[in-house]
Amino acid sequence: MITETLSLPVGRQRSVIPGFGITLGLTLTWLSVIVLLPLSALFIKTSEISLERFIAIVTSTRTLHALQVSFGLSLAAAVLNLIFGTIVVWALVRYDFPFRRVVDAIIDIPFALPTAVAGIALTSLYAENGWVGSLLAPLGIKVAFTQLGILVALIFIGLPFVVRTVQPVLADLDAELEEAAASLGASRWETIRRVVLPAILPALLTGFALAFARAVGEYGSVIFIAGNLPGQTEIAPLLIVIRLEEFRYADATAIACVMLLASFTLLLLINRLQRWSEMRGTGA
Amino acid sequence: MSIDILNVTKRFKTFTALDAVNLHIPGGQLVALLGPSGSGKTTLLRIIAGLDWPDSGEVRFDGQDALARSVRERNVGFVFQHYALFRHMNVFENVAFGLRVRKGADKLPEAAIREKVNQLLSLVQIDWLADRRPNQLSGGQRQRVALARALAISPRILLLDEPFGALDAKVRKELRRWLRNLHEELPVTSVLVTHDQEEALELADTVVVMGKGRIEQVGSPQEVYDAPATAFVHDFIGESLSLPARVSGGRLHVGAGETALDPQGVEDGPVRILARPHDVDFAEPDAAPVRGRVLAVRTFGPTRRADIVLGDGDIVEAAVPPGIHPAVGAQIGLVPRRYRVFPTA
Amino acid sequence: MSSTSHSALPQALASEGLPAHVEVRPLRHPGPTNTEPKAVRIAIITLALAFLALCIALPVVSVFYEAFKRGWLAYVTALAEPDALSAIRLTLLVAAISVIANVTFGLIAAWAIAKFEFPGRSLLITLIDLPFSVSPVVAGLVYVLLFGSQGLFAAYLQAWDIKIIFALPGIVLATLFVTFPFVARELIPLMQEQGTAEEEAAVSLGASGLSTFFRVTLPNVKWALLYGVLLCNARAMGEFGAVSVVSGHVRGLTNTMPLHIEILYNEYQFVASFAVASLLALLALVTLVAKTLLEARLAEDAS
Repeated sequence: MITETLSLPVGRQRSVIPGFGITLGLTLTWLSVIVLLPLSALFIKTSEISLERFIAIVTSTRTLHALQVSFGLSLAAAVLNLIFGTIVVWALVRYDFPFRRVVDAIIDIPFALPTAVAGIALTSLYAENGWVGSLLAPLGIKVAFTQLGILVALIFIGLPFVVRTVQPVLADLDAELEEAAASLGASRWETIRRVVLPAILPALLTGFALAFARAVGEYGSVIFIAGNLPGQTEIAPLLIVIRLEEFRYADATAIACVMLLASFTLLLLINRLQRWSEMRGTGA
Repeated sequence: MSIDILNVTKRFKTFTALDAVNLHIPGGQLVALLGPSGSGKTTLLRIIAGLDWPDSGEVRFDGQDALARSVRERNVGFVFQHYALFRHMNVFENVAFGLRVRKGADKLPEAAIREKVNQLLSLVQIDWLADRRPNQLSGGQRQRVALARALAISPRILLLDEPFGALDAKVRKELRRWLRNLHEELPVTSVLVTHDQEEALELADTVVVMGKGRIEQVGSPQEVYDAPATAFVHDFIGESLSLPARVSGGRLHVGAGETALDPQGVEDGPVRILARPHDVDFAEPDAAPVRGRVLAVRTFGPTRRADIVLGDGDIVEAAVPPGIHPAVGAQIGLVPRRYRVFPTA
Repeated sequence: MSSTSHSALPQALASEGLPAHVEVRPLRHPGPTNTEPKAVRIAIITLALAFLALCIALPVVSVFYEAFKRGWLAYVTALAEPDALSAIRLTLLVAAISVIANVTFGLIAAWAIAKFEFPGRSLLITLIDLPFSVSPVVAGLVYVLLFGSQGLFAAYLQAWDIKIIFALPGIVLATLFVTFPFVARELIPLMQEQGTAEEEAAVSLGASGLSTFFRVTLPNVKWALLYGVLLCNARAMGEFGAVSVVSGHVRGLTNTMPLHIEILYNEYQFVASFAVASLLALLALVTLVAKTLLEARLAEDAS
């Protein structure tokens, strides 16, 4: 300790608070063992597949269709979550109504409820003899075991991402902004469109991207309600599991690699969006 | 305990916070480090405490190397700017903390800890707040807890970082007097950092004026006010009337004209004449070394100030002596009675 | 919200005898600036509540309805089944291990990241959050690729007769992966916000590093830590995708509760399946209540 103090290292700022080296070392080690090393195994295994083989796997009709189902329906679910999530946030932040706090707490159920539980619950609700399914059946609408069923499950798991991202931003929005807009002659709708929405836009986009990212990788809540017909209601994560069960490791690995790259891209995008969102927050 | 700062330099990336600073602080004194923000005063205080380290130079306590000792071993009481009270502990436990973390032979029995903490709490006059949490206290009360906590480890050096910065003016004045009395009672050397000149001048035995990482002047409150060593100190402490001027051939020139003012031995070149506003008399324009036109006259209670635009467009503010009523737009002369001449850097 | 005070104002002015030419029009007064007409408000609230009821509340209600459809006896019988009990035991064990591991890691990582400045800090935070954005199936798969029969370490594992995939270690690893960020991401922002002043004060008063940590830092983040533990525990007990890939679904041995629910459901034992599901749903509800209560405490920590 004493010699260390005397030698006065130049460079990194010294701190009186101890434990930097050991805690950073342990953090990096643990991170590598649990997360980085396993993820790199995926890339190592992918690199063992020849390029032609990889392209053949990824562009096979079944894979392409599964990816299309996963990404397409995730996008649709995220859009619907964006719309309904914004309505929910608006009601929660701006209005007072009975049991508002309970309603607020309920939003987190999809975070807390295990996906398998959500999956069987949604299936029993939307099956033709279920509470909701039996109401829709006379109208000729089938939900369970169709793409519509997948959409319902993806809306369920994605909603809190939009709400919890936008809610604090809207709550922190300075009331004076809207008063200023009104004092300058803007109508209520113009105020919302020109002042409020631009202010919460980064948060809206972040919530949208988070809901989308979650939906793309979702497995548990979807497989019960999906029906899992190849080419119709088979999602990409399920195809990975099926290939794994068939011992077609190369296929599973290649599809997983595509999914993981998509996750990374989304993560990068979300990071950008969050930084933008924070800058907006401080700029106001 | 005396403190010696020898040639201490500290850089943060490209910013030089302390530039070869030398300072001797005699034991038992209350010293104020006074300067604007960014002058390096807090950095110097943190280096004395052992919360920061200099890039080069030495710090000695009673002649002994202090840099070799960590902050834990230096036994200095540090009062943080925003107090840094432990938010989850009550007042009593906050003050007791330094005694409770002692190890081995230094560890006090519980009864002794209680006695000492109670003594300290009555010393800072908040014994009735012992069970409160920091967030239930007013700013002034937090300040007292922070001080009691720092004193609990029986420091021989007490360091205070902007101790009254977060308090309102009335509480600030009250605590200032109280801190002075407390310092008299305790065998400590106290160093306080402040940007408030009134605080420094009223409280300290010695004022150290700092600017841009350098020490500008060390002296008694009287000295730094009456005999500022540099233009910076003159500007920073008290009010100043600043006249741009020029020395040439041993004579002082203001504007186009030569004046009879004493250049005070400053060599040829551009200079500034600095004077306290109340040390400048008003006179007939023709008879005065400096002339200008009255722009506006303002009244603050008993005193009046005039904004005067000089021939070359500079505007100065002068105190209007009683009995004189300058008209706006009138030409007027200024005669510095007491003034200092500093070369322009 | 402030509509009463607004509408009261013109009347008050009128009653004070304003000149007649000042037109006071209480009926057409424009309403408060910061909200919408009443009809719009009611429509938005109704829409929001209907959406939440249909999409979120109803599924939870249906879990309990389906579980008790055949009465208490069927419910209890389903839970008392040996395979169900062993699934519960395994789930508790896995959750306990991942909570302990994540608390340890979370505190260590938060200390390094929040109390010190170093290059690459924000990259490190991103990497810690990475498991959030990886599909659970991919999370399970990567461990199969490492430790499975075709995996990178297969030869070593066979030589030492260590079984990771289709066994407890695989389930634990997969759960650790998906719960990895939960504790750390609750602690890091709070500890960053709290800064280092209290730690510096403790050290200046003579406290050692460990006693600073246990006496000052830890008490300051205890509610956030508990919050992280709650979320981590809920996710660990409920994880399905990742565990499903590595577990092998051996009844009574490597089946966690979510996997057991799937098996029962696929065998058309709906009541039994929903009975086990109701336990996890109850856990979710308890977690939410505790979380709501904790949020008030958390606001205290941050202040």
